[in-house]
Amino acid sequence: MQNIINVKGLSKQFHNLTAVNQLSFSVNKGDVYGFLGQNGAGKSTTMRMLLTLIKPTEGSIEIAGIDLFKHRKEVLRNIGAVIEKPDVYTYLSAYENLKIFAKLSGIRLSRQQLMQQLETVGLAQRANDKVKTFSQGMKQRLGIAVALVHNPQIVILDEPTNGLDPQGIADIRNMILHLSNELKKTIVISSHLLSEIEQVATKVLIIDKGKKIIEGEASELFDASQTIVEIETTNNNYAFEQLKQSSWNSFLLKERIIHPVLKMNKKDIPQLHKDLITMNIALISLQPKHSLEDYFLSITSNNQS
Amino acid sequence: MFTLLQIELHKIFKRPRTYIAFAAITALIVIIQLGLKVDGKEYADFVLADLQNTLEINGKIINGYFVCYIILQLLLVHVPLLIALIAADMISGEANMGTLKLLLTKPISRTEFIIAKFLAAAIYTILLLVWIAFFALLASIIIFGTDDMFLVKNAYAVQIEKIDIFWRYIGAFCFAALAMLTVAALGFFLSNFAENSIGPIVATMSIIIVTTILSTMSIPLFNKIKPYLFTTHMVAWKEFFDVKVNDANETIRGSIQNADKIIRSSIVLIVHIILFVGASIWVFRKKDILS
Repeated sequence: MQNIINVKGLSKQFHNLTAVNQLSFSVNKGDVYGFLGQNGAGKSTTMRMLLTLIKPTEGSIEIAGIDLFKHRKEVLRNIGAVIEKPDVYTYLSAYENLKIFAKLSGIRLSRQQLMQQLETVGLAQRANDKVKTFSQGMKQRLGIAVALVHNPQIVILDEPTNGLDPQGIADIRNMILHLSNELKKTIVISSHLLSEIEQVATKVLIIDKGKKIIEGEASELFDASQTIVEIETTNNNYAFEQLKQSSWNSFLLKERIIHPVLKMNKKDIPQLHKDLITMNIALISLQPKHSLEDYFLSITSNNQS
Repeated sequence: MFTLLQIELHKIFKRPRTYIAFAAITALIVIIQLGLKVDGKEYADFVLADLQNTLEINGKIINGYFVCYIILQLLLVHVPLLIALIAADMISGEANMGTLKLLLTKPISRTEFIIAKFLAAAIYTILLLVWIAFFALLASIIIFGTDDMFLVKNAYAVQIEKIDIFWRYIGAFCFAALAMLTVAALGFFLSNFAENSIGPIVATMSIIIVTTILSTMSIPLFNKIKPYLFTTHMVAWKEFFDVKVNDANETIRGSIQNADKIIRSSIVLIVHIILFVGASIWVFRKKDILS
């Protein structure tokens, strides 16, 4: 697959703080590249370097084979971005904002074309209203319309669901899937929430303290056969005994002592549920997790302690 | 570049705060004009009290040209604050709103962006002065009529024929525009270093107040730096209203007593503008956008 973003040895030093440390990764054309890390891990700094907002102390970024910092204008013509909050001019209308950013992107669109873009993000009815009257979700949708107004091939979304309600988060997720599946855009998305990345990413990179921790195909990292299932019951000792005597014994993780934990395929969860009832185990909760989630949480908890 | 400038002007004139300056200036001018219309004679008697024993002054002392001069003397001290409100907000305001990062993800050159922003601030400044000129000069002429202008300087009095005045005002307003552009350039430069507009606005005004005090204080210690302070040169617009006299002590029409002072002050102000804008470009090109 064609490599569209190539980052080599990227570092950024802010006085005594190393925000990004020798980071290298590449994004293939058509990927939804998930950038995962806790707050302060260096995700936003990296995203901003990809957009020339921050100059790296060291390293290089090539987009479609072109050096980003040497040919900034040329490269940015092909990129659309939403950086954290959807900050647009609140004293202007949605239509005026879109028109301004279309011009800044080097394209001139007719009123009809601009309205069509607002229609796509569900804001056509509010086109002439000032943005200060919009909800956070509406502002985010306008921010995305602004990012996409010049039909870029690469879309960079830095924490796009921050501050959104569940409906807003679902809207953004669906839009990312639409951009990737229907419009074949390459998307780089960052988040501190594994669940968010898991639902959209085709490739994942976990970053911590500015360094790459793990990178790989989402299908491998989120492997369904490696699902961890935590079972909480009214009598955990009884549950342990029953599971050890059943066919589930081979899936049982012995080192877990508080309550039973199994490493198994996600698709077998309904059968496990049935068997637990048959074994007369009084279930309080059954919680599936990815092994990656455990790993990610361990990194987070290690750093927070 | 033209598109960028167009967008910047659109943004400036869509913000309600832009019109505060125009409204404030209109109100101030109307108040002064009203005061002089009602009590103009008393004011003239007060100003010319020392001269009335030695000189006989004929004609209309309180005329449109004289009123405009009074307005400019009072107003040009305060206009920098109104200029700073917009110029010092140009970059910091965008950083505060969070729009700076979005703007710079678009395929525009940082240098072009900063120049377009300064040009927009400069156009705003010039429009503000055109507004002052319109109200202070033209409205005063309509309300008070025209006559020769009689001005009292430190050690002497100047009488300028009415047909020799209008062009002087054009010159004075052009010079005042240069002085206000220097204030705009200073505010604009300081705007690079903050993420809200209060800091640069206060800093601009503080620098103007401090340097104005240094410019006007007659203390030998400060005499060496005075020629380099832009505030020393901002008042040179008054030189347009000082005329040469011939041997018979008659004013020479079309003359300016200290034309070289106007030229020197203009050069100092232009150098300041270039320095402030140049430094803004340099800082902004290197700036990491973290807001």
